[in-house]
Amino acid sequence: MRIEQHPILEFKRGKKVKFTFDGQEYEGYEGETIAAALHAAGIRIMRESPVLHRPRGLFCAIGNCSSCLMTVNGEPNVRICVEKLRPGMVVESQKGKGVIYAPGN
Amino acid sequence: MLAVDGVPTPEDLAQKIPPPERLARRPVVIAECFQPIPCDPCSHACPRQAIGPFKDINEIPQVDYEKCNGCGQCITRCPGLALFVVDLTYGENEALIKLPYEFLPLPEEGQEVAGVNRAGEKVCRARVVKVVKTEKMDKTAVIWLAVPKDLAMEVRHFAIK
Amino acid sequence: MRQEISFVEIAVIGGGPAGLCAALEAANAGARVTLLDRQDRLGGQLIKQTHRFFGSQSHRASERGINIAAELTGQVMSHPHIEALTGATVFGFYEDGVLGVEREGKIFFIKPARVIVATGAAEKTLAFPNNDLPGIYGAGAVQTLVNVYGVLPGKRVLMVGAGNIGVIVTYQLLQAGMEVAAIVEAAPKIGAYWVHAAKVRRAGVPIYTSHTIGRACGTRQVEGAVIWQIDEQGQPVPGTEKDLVVDTICLSVGLSPLVELLAQAGCRLVYVPQLGGHVPLRDASLQTTVPGVYVAGDAAGVEEASAAMMEGALAGLHAAYSLGYNQTGYEARRAELQQQLDSLRSGPVGEKIRSGLSRAMIG
Repeated sequence: MRIEQHPILEFKRGKKVKFTFDGQEYEGYEGETIAAALHAAGIRIMRESPVLHRPRGLFCAIGNCSSCLMTVNGEPNVRICVEKLRPGMVVESQKGKGVIYAPGN
Repeated sequence: MLAVDGVPTPEDLAQKIPPPERLARRPVVIAECFQPIPCDPCSHACPRQAIGPFKDINEIPQVDYEKCNGCGQCITRCPGLALFVVDLTYGENEALIKLPYEFLPLPEEGQEVAGVNRAGEKVCRARVVKVVKTEKMDKTAVIWLAVPKDLAMEVRHFAIK
Repeated sequence: MRQEISFVEIAVIGGGPAGLCAALEAANAGARVTLLDRQDRLGGQLIKQTHRFFGSQSHRASERGINIAAELTGQVMSHPHIEALTGATVFGFYEDGVLGVEREGKIFFIKPARVIVATGAAEKTLAFPNNDLPGIYGAGAVQTLVNVYGVLPGKRVLMVGAGNIGVIVTYQLLQAGMEVAAIVEAAPKIGAYWVHAAKVRRAGVPIYTSHTIGRACGTRQVEGAVIWQIDEQGQPVPGTEKDLVVDTICLSVGLSPLVELLAQAGCRLVYVPQLGGHVPLRDASLQTTVPGVYVAGDAAGVEEASAAMMEGALAGLHAAYSLGYNQTGYEARRAELQQQLDSLRSGPVGEKIRSGLSRAMIG
């Protein structure tokens, strides 16, 4: 959910852009992180842990803890808490540790 | 108890409240600051030097009740939002409280709100007399609240119904 | 393999309160400074501090952190002696004193004559069942979402930890329009300044000391939490369980200094719980056991932002002086900064820091 009015802050949001999350289209603002855009859309589950398959979300939001790794535009292990949203991004929940070289792709 | 649940005890407060004779004369600031912490803006805020100067940054503010005229200029300078002006001369049955407020929406002047005590409990009906908000106050508004006189030392917040 | 290496006078790693002040102080003394920060924006954690700071009026007390961030960032960006590189991650500190830096997918190397490490700290977590569920955040993370991006992580939150950060973030969440079900604190006393506690308390948030979170509830994400009272051994007191309906849990259980680069540099580290964990040994000039490598701010020991600013300035001053700058004005400025820093730490709430520092100071 987005804050519309705040007693101390004014939020200067960028241009509205579209992106997809697991195949579905969403809107966010340019200049915000992917994590912020997903949270604004009510999405808090980012990936599945590789061994026990537990859901994982955001924890530190400053690019430090690796809890929020997702696959973005096909690239795995992107820290979406610091990666900025750009138009047309394809954001996917990550399962496993991610592969970089997939023969046949 | 402050250290345990965030609410000052009557004994804590007793040290902060001016004598009845002084309260009856004119408004005065109540500095609800109970702990020596490294913080001194209040000691620089008063045009009449009713608080400060401090020898040590950890000093707990002591208000000089004779110098203080209850103008309330210090209220928005306190990072702890712990300064309140109480005016028992305001009316027959009502006291005026000036308190810092950093939430939205701001109340309207004349609006009826619930007076809230230090434990967050609604204790009375209160009336918003004035909403002061200037550029210099940097987003901390000061709300003037008329409350029943016997609750002047209880009400420190309000809730919009 | 030979690399293109650029030589700089002083590299400051981290553009938070300590790093910004270090860069400004060194540059004002006449040194050339390269400031590196891995985020896209300078200011570190100051950019989400909407509250008015404590401290001395002569040093920005009563100003909001966000305004201090804007002011310092402006000064740094316009300073002719400072090159500020954002989005630049220092990933390595080589044996020859070379720093490896990644920026926009490219790698480059710099060799500074002096390095000031002001990398800050990271949030700690807490062990309890389901502590990995989505919806459980570090308090600072929620602060970033709420105060930097204007996005709420949920509707109703449980705050774990009643130190300054826990209580201040609680207040900020109320300001942003969230409900706060409670603050729990395992210690028998509130760690935050009492004025902060009083502020959230009168706004209706209960503070339960000697309480902790027993478990988070929910299958895919947080749907609730169980809290209970704990005895002196930290064991749950039977019959004190409370179920809270919350969709968000914030952990504010302390910070750990980020000392990886200092460790790589070979600085001797010492474990000091009062300072948050492993910190480098340092002398009064903030120089570590590796000559030319300085530390400031939370990386030197977790403390308030105002202390980080003072410490940064001191480190910047000393680093510049050691390169031959400001030989005449140095002593007066050093004494002034040191006195301000000492005064911030002087009272009863500074006791923990003072005892921690006594174990980390050398010389």
